[in-house]
Amino acid sequence: MYEAIVLLPLLGAVIAGVISLVGAHNRFPGAEPGAPHDDHAAPLAAEDRAHGAPSADMAGSTLPHTGVEEPEHAPSAAGSLGAELITSTFLAIACLLSWYAFYDVGFLRNEARETLFSFIGSADLHSAWLLRIDPLTAVMLVVVTTVSSLVHIYSIGYMEEDPYKPRFFSYLSFFTFAMLMLVTADNLLQLFFGWEGVGLASYLLIGFWYHKPEANAAAIKAFIVNRVGDFGFSLGIFAAFYLTGAIDFDTVFDQAAGLVGKNIHFLSWNFDALTVVCLLLFMGAMGKSAQFLLHTWLPDAMEGPTPVSALIHAATMVTAGVFMVARLSPLFELAPNAKAVVTVIGATTAMFAATVGLVQNDIKRIIAYSTCSQLGYMFAAMGAGAYSVGMFHLFTHAFFKALLFLGSGCVILAMHHEQDIRKMGGLRHKIPFTHWMMVIGTLALTGFPLTAGFFSKDAIISADDVVQGGAAAYGFIMTTLAAALTSFYSWRLIFKTFWGEPYDRHHYEAAHESPKVMLVPLAILAVGCFAAGWPFVSIFTGHGADVFFGTSLKLGTADTIFEEVERLPIYVELLPTAMMAIGFLIALWFYILRPDVPVALARDQRILYEFLLNKWYFDEIYDFLFVRPVLWLGRLLWKGGDGFLIDGFGPDGVSARVLDVTKNVIRLQTGYLYHYAFAMLIGVAALVTWFMFAGPH
Amino acid sequence: MTSWPILSVVTFLPLAGAVFIAFLSEDPAGVRNARWVALWTTLIVFAISLILVWRFDPSNGDFQFLEKHPWLGGTINYEMGVDGISLPFVILTTGLMPICILASWTAIESRVREYMVAFLVLETLMVGTFCALDLVLFYLFFEGGLIPMFLIIGVWGGPRRVYASFKFFLYTLLGSVLMLLAIMAMYWNAGTTDIPTLLHHAFPRSLQTWAWLAFLASFAVKMPMWPVHTWLPDAHVEAPTAGSVILAAILLKMGGYGFLRFSLPMFPEASQQLAPLIYALSVVAIVYTSLVALVQEDMKKLIAYSSVAHMGFVTMGIFAVTAQGVAGGIFQMISHGIVSAALFLCVGVVYDRMHTREIAAYGGLVNRMPLYAFTFMMFTLANVGLPGTSGFVGEFLTLIGTFRVNTWVATLATLGTILSAAYALWLYRKIVFGRLEKPSLFSIRDMGWRELAIFVPLIVLTLILGVYPKPVLDFSSASVTQLIDNYRHALAAAQTAGQTASLGR
Repeated sequence: MYEAIVLLPLLGAVIAGVISLVGAHNRFPGAEPGAPHDDHAAPLAAEDRAHGAPSADMAGSTLPHTGVEEPEHAPSAAGSLGAELITSTFLAIACLLSWYAFYDVGFLRNEARETLFSFIGSADLHSAWLLRIDPLTAVMLVVVTTVSSLVHIYSIGYMEEDPYKPRFFSYLSFFTFAMLMLVTADNLLQLFFGWEGVGLASYLLIGFWYHKPEANAAAIKAFIVNRVGDFGFSLGIFAAFYLTGAIDFDTVFDQAAGLVGKNIHFLSWNFDALTVVCLLLFMGAMGKSAQFLLHTWLPDAMEGPTPVSALIHAATMVTAGVFMVARLSPLFELAPNAKAVVTVIGATTAMFAATVGLVQNDIKRIIAYSTCSQLGYMFAAMGAGAYSVGMFHLFTHAFFKALLFLGSGCVILAMHHEQDIRKMGGLRHKIPFTHWMMVIGTLALTGFPLTAGFFSKDAIISADDVVQGGAAAYGFIMTTLAAALTSFYSWRLIFKTFWGEPYDRHHYEAAHESPKVMLVPLAILAVGCFAAGWPFVSIFTGHGADVFFGTSLKLGTADTIFEEVERLPIYVELLPTAMMAIGFLIALWFYILRPDVPVALARDQRILYEFLLNKWYFDEIYDFLFVRPVLWLGRLLWKGGDGFLIDGFGPDGVSARVLDVTKNVIRLQTGYLYHYAFAMLIGVAALVTWFMFAGPH
Repeated sequence: MTSWPILSVVTFLPLAGAVFIAFLSEDPAGVRNARWVALWTTLIVFAISLILVWRFDPSNGDFQFLEKHPWLGGTINYEMGVDGISLPFVILTTGLMPICILASWTAIESRVREYMVAFLVLETLMVGTFCALDLVLFYLFFEGGLIPMFLIIGVWGGPRRVYASFKFFLYTLLGSVLMLLAIMAMYWNAGTTDIPTLLHHAFPRSLQTWAWLAFLASFAVKMPMWPVHTWLPDAHVEAPTAGSVILAAILLKMGGYGFLRFSLPMFPEASQQLAPLIYALSVVAIVYTSLVALVQEDMKKLIAYSSVAHMGFVTMGIFAVTAQGVAGGIFQMISHGIVSAALFLCVGVVYDRMHTREIAAYGGLVNRMPLYAFTFMMFTLANVGLPGTSGFVGEFLTLIGTFRVNTWVATLATLGTILSAAYALWLYRKIVFGRLEKPSLFSIRDMGWRELAIFVPLIVLTLILGVYPKPVLDFSSASVTQLIDNYRHALAAAQTAGQTASLGR
């Protein structure tokens, strides 16, 4: 059964991929180079011009892009329907099986390990492709397959006009496969495989509209920033293997207990072994989950199609880092310093991303920063040792954030690919269903009582409150403040998009509700926004978590956390809700009651506004610190190092000197007799002189 | 074990094919026959070499399929044999040759017969290098390979082919002269040039260092290691596609093979002492050439620089002398043999159509060449070292093996994985993605059947080795274990000997 869950998406991806390639090949058949051009070539070029696809004369006029989603107006690829149905059906099957697995593993306690075949093995290094199904994995299976199958179905509608649907569905299914490999991993290597696999899928999907330069740039940026994180991840794997002699989780965890207090000589210094391993691995999590310093790729990733943002850049892939920390909880429990770092990074991200989210105008980017911020919450919980609580937020977040993204996809379609919320307004009359769905998502995101987000977010803030130590205190303050900001920017989005007066009458009049195939997934997710909360409280928090997760999570200090949370004074319990209310009221005041206030505020606080609008200038700083120097260095090493030094003093220099010498030698051989006679005369004179003065002695 | 000299057949059959082609006529029919004869010869050789795989005993770390005949007065023998380290390279060579012939099918229009002869002679010399079990025989094959390659670049190359071929020749020749001296010194010391014997001969400490350095001079140029790598980009740029393929896939591997066959087992003390030098050069190669690759304007140069970076992982892993490091080094060489070959073939596909390798001349190819875009993406990812492709396994093993020995080296080398993503994806984006705006590209056609036939086996291999690397790793594991054990024993013996000597004093 588990093989089916994991491999069905792969099979779907392969089938859709083949459909896509065959279709594309039939459209642009191949030919040997050098063979005489047959008559197909010219019509092809003509066809392009007719379709309004790129051609020399049009390039100038169509090139300036405004960052809107603009599928090319070409006929749909052959087999589109087949690819859509096959991948979606496979995903739906995988989803049903996953829910069954959730029940089977979580409640009937039938954990499973299914070995497929061996992977890299060399001397004492062993690894295998193995599906590990324990309660932690089961939770992820459910999240991934549910959101993925809904996104597949939604995409049938959203990508309706796109000519490259088979390719899109192939990528989506491939992503799902990689993500499932990630969550079922039993060793660090398979985790890394899934990790980079989802990174590849993310790269391909962000750059799905490859004709857009911004999309290509964003795709590469996402891949490379993730590689920076994976740099740490790989070193973490190496260090774990060095210390424990294994890379499978069980052995590593067993050995880890004996490593407490041990040092590792890493680079030139001695560090606490487990702290080093945890922090290196956490670096990977920071990249994948877009945490502070490595977050820059996530907002740019919004260049991809909106369903992708919902699936990959909100609900599943970006939570891989959180999952990783949960999976490695036995390791992190033994490294308190690493946990403190996790909390601080998480809390900082929660706050930082929320501040940037306040002033963004692109509907998707606001939600992207919100995602970034919510991931920070999860890490804040992980760092406090409340792993199950972090997982709870991951679980609920998947539903409401996917809902928000898919809802914004409906808005974008309704607005003809307009993403700037300043150019919207009043849409609640035209697309009421989408409006209510977005409101439900926002309520859950801001933690309105009884929604899913309410239970999970409160649990995080409370957990950070009861844990001792500076990091947790910092986490408590930051997450509490960020709750108010979250509420503000979320309602700002709703008010500016759906309330007030329409910005552009023409677009407003043309706005229409999306087809059913898109609205049904929204409705299901909206139900999830409530259903994922209260019913699951007992398995993610309190003593129920111990029972449910068993050994798959190390809930070392969690028991005491939960006990103390129950004894928290009532005002702490109410604090997040109060924060949410404050954020809501300010948003209401700013954007409904007194729309001139935010404008004046932005004018008065110019510097602060610009600072936030430009995302704390991270992109500019990184460009200055890394991108430019690296390119400069590359050029210097190429021209200066290879060209001037090595070649100049190496082969070119030597051959040039040889030539110089021969040239001079050639000059001596003039061919004139009197030159030779003169040289001979001088020689004879020199010899005679030498003999006269030095010879006889 | 075998009743017939299978290694000699694999080695010299291509030469027979070359002789046959040399007698063909010069008219179009002769040219066509030359192509077919070359293809069939290489295919048959490949088929025979597969018998080697079938009959090879992977649990045995010693040399197998031994052949030995007296030659040159008895001191120097004609001796052939393969173990788990050399056999993968033999298969790589014989497997890539038919692909090279196919890749040159239409690209080479002048002097086709001579071209095919050069390639077949080259195959003999390359296979011989990996099979030779006598120092002098090895030297002959090793250096002999220079000549056909020199001709391939110099005759069928690009506009600056003469400069490139002389640079290539001078660099490699300088190294080989030093190696010849070392070989003579070894002969005078050990009294034999028989490699299996030399593997267990304890050379004196001082000779080890000098011989090690002399071998380094030769292997470092071949590899190529920084700073003697500058011939490679020029040679690649000027060489015809198939020449680049052989250069990147096989000739570079001779350096790594040499380190494994000679430097490490024969001069263990010197290897241990001078390993930091190799680490330094490897790390510089990985970081430096990756940075240089980032700013290249020529497709082939970019891939050539990335080759140097990837070979840095190999040298690093080999001289870490851990099981994972050495196994990873071998795997990385095999994988790079497939991946870089495929990348150069990818460049060849568009070069054959547009006759330029300038990156700026392309863009938006995906709009016309979907299959090409897919193929190129596969190998770009393998070059980046994405898990699931063969490129990952080698990098991972060499790094994890090196981390046990030196964390600085492993950390700096891991930086290379970030840079490789940067240059490879940048190249892909510039060539394949984007809008199709250049009028010259409007009528470009996707790959034909012949080209597909070239790429399909390479794609399949890249994926299979990436997901299930066990067959190749198991193939060489016994020999690698034996190599490392001998190395450790030799070092331990040298240490005890040193202690006894100091006690005696």
